[in-house]
Amino acid sequence: MKIITRAAHLLLAAAPLALAATSVSAATLDEVKEAGQLKCGIHEGLAGFAAPNSDGQWQGLDVDICRAVAAAIFGDSEKVEYIPVTGSTRFTALASGEIDMLARTTTWTFSRDTDLKNEFVGINFYDGQGFMVPKALGVSSALELDGTTICVNTGTTTELNVADYFRGKGMSYEPVPIETGAEAQQQFLSGSCDVFTGDASGLAANRATFPKPDDYVVLPEIISKEPLGPAVRHGDSEWEDIVRWSLNALISAEELGVTSKNAEELAGSLNENAEINRLLGTEGDLGAMIGLETDWAKTIITSVGNYGEIFERHVGVNTPIGLERGVNALWTEGGLLYSPPFR
Amino acid sequence: MGFIPTSPRRSFHIGQLVYDTRYRAKTVQVIAAITIVAAFWWLGANIVGNLNALGKDFNLAFLNAPAGYDINQKLIAYDNRMSHGRAALVGILNTLLVSFLGCIAATIIGVFVGVLRLSDNWVINRLAAVYVEAFRSVPLLLWIVFIFAILSEALPQPRDFRGETATASMQLFDSVAITARGAYVPRVAFTNSISGNETVVPRDGVSAVASGPTDWALILAVMVLSVGVVILLRRHAARVQQRTGRRPTIWPWQALLIVVPTGLVLYFLGATIVQPYLKGFNFTEGTFVRKSLLALWLALSLYTAAFIAEIVRGGILSVSTGQREAALALGLRPNKVMRLVILPQAMRVIIPPLISNYLSLAKNSSLALAVGYMDARATLGGITINQTGRELEGMLLLGIFYLILSFLISGAINFYNRSMQLKER
Repeated sequence: MKIITRAAHLLLAAAPLALAATSVSAATLDEVKEAGQLKCGIHEGLAGFAAPNSDGQWQGLDVDICRAVAAAIFGDSEKVEYIPVTGSTRFTALASGEIDMLARTTTWTFSRDTDLKNEFVGINFYDGQGFMVPKALGVSSALELDGTTICVNTGTTTELNVADYFRGKGMSYEPVPIETGAEAQQQFLSGSCDVFTGDASGLAANRATFPKPDDYVVLPEIISKEPLGPAVRHGDSEWEDIVRWSLNALISAEELGVTSKNAEELAGSLNENAEINRLLGTEGDLGAMIGLETDWAKTIITSVGNYGEIFERHVGVNTPIGLERGVNALWTEGGLLYSPPFR
Repeated sequence: MGFIPTSPRRSFHIGQLVYDTRYRAKTVQVIAAITIVAAFWWLGANIVGNLNALGKDFNLAFLNAPAGYDINQKLIAYDNRMSHGRAALVGILNTLLVSFLGCIAATIIGVFVGVLRLSDNWVINRLAAVYVEAFRSVPLLLWIVFIFAILSEALPQPRDFRGETATASMQLFDSVAITARGAYVPRVAFTNSISGNETVVPRDGVSAVASGPTDWALILAVMVLSVGVVILLRRHAARVQQRTGRRPTIWPWQALLIVVPTGLVLYFLGATIVQPYLKGFNFTEGTFVRKSLLALWLALSLYTAAFIAEIVRGGILSVSTGQREAALALGLRPNKVMRLVILPQAMRVIIPPLISNYLSLAKNSSLALAVGYMDARATLGGITINQTGRELEGMLLLGIFYLILSFLISGAINFYNRSMQLKER
């Protein structure tokens, strides 16, 4: 026994030496390049934001953010491994390195940014929380929801907002906690809850996939601000920059009128607008400043399009989800989307 | 040439550590100890290093921060301004509730099916076998989700009970409403409650009722007292029987002792049965047994009962047939043979494996997540971790909770086991 104790002492004395060797490396870009693909955390199934199409390919607004980042790094928007994460597993997945970035309709909040050690790189969708009810319930305002049973996704800002809202209005409700979007839909349709609450865009997306969408209405009240944006781990600013400016490139491209159709042509010669040149890499070398190729932004735009194209493709008025641009229009068109300049 | 015998050399060389039995055991121990310590040290260093890299610390202060979320099923007072610690406690109580209900139901069903499995009747025997195989061979999670889906899809919604053309109606003389959200069953409340603060008028024209912990404590105390007196009475009867050979008739007294005091207390408290009824969007009043609890409880007990049935069958088969034949030869009837001769002996074989089944039931209750039952895993290990980002602390606390729960369960059953064992003197 004495020998064992002595051995243990010896080991403990040596412990601090090896401690330094096991801490995690911070260079996410190198890891991604080495792996040959980007591990991107997405929604496990929300039409318009991240859902598999009939060929089994993930597509949606959030999926295109992943594709844009992959295009910027590899020059190929297909080099993404999509990892569906639930509302309650997403931050753990990000913190543990299971995913390199998170693009899953995630609300940017103070505590998530600071205490949970995430870095939000921007906002790719301005949303707000709403309520959806069956028309048969005969309710026209959220103020009439006293005493209802409400399906809420757990691990979301939604469940905190609804608690605050009902408390503030002095109303009572019965929460039915739900882990995945598919489960919420099943519970709501089978009548286990009167009301389904979530981000208004998500409600519209869910409603579009119901067998009889017209039997359900989204109530007019929006009870919260839900700025949804991609996030990365705290502590790797270089990686954060790449994801942030990939998103900004999408927004700037729309503002500058660069689309997936004309990007190649605009890059062919110098334009009068110097910012287009800088964005497309024909003037200066912004790419080198973040460790990417000169034409990184051009690759993004040719492979996924600009923000406007992405929006119209997945959630716009011509899709089953049918959302107006609203606050998600460019700042020049009365919306909130605004990218810092490419300079 | 003389042969000079050399005395054995007392020096030590390194090979002896392996080949010399005097040292070998110690060598192995030291190597094992080094490996274990190294493994733990590596894990610890990894945690410390990674937390540092993420800029996180180890801190339990989050338990005092306001939780901010609501919990539907709460056995103690809770609202969303209370702390994460309180929310964890609500979850822990929900885990205890479903584990307790599950263990009781699983034992009853398990013993019943286990005995049926030994029936001479071919149909009963086979039916029991099919039940056991079906539940034992399919993963528990599937059963939970399956039962939950059946409850969701097959049962009517509260609004189906409303109006002239109601498509659903309440059961048992309009006292129980079984809906797709769960069952609303009558509850007992008191018109002269001594502690209740939630005075409610169940319906127009009915006097207000309330209920509180003191009411129930009073009733429980009176019942315990009655049972205590009954036990004394039975001991007295046993002594009389020892002395005179004849047992006095005590059952009327027993019945009186049980019924009258409790009945009097209930009368003075003004006990009333409050029935659920439809109001607004939902049923109100009565006790609401949520669908998530029902599904989880049913699935856990049916699943575990299949294992318990086999343990019971094995236990009964382990009692030698001579015991049964001897008991029958003494003129005991078959049910008495089972109750007085076979089961007491079978229990010694049954109880030890029963413990591990209770343990797995309690731990399996963490699958509650699948049906949105708010147990400890869903509050402390789910929403709290997610809202505060304290994965390590939350999971450690959760692990400690399940560890303590398991110790308590196995401790309690081991205590019972010792009382059932053969007393060797």
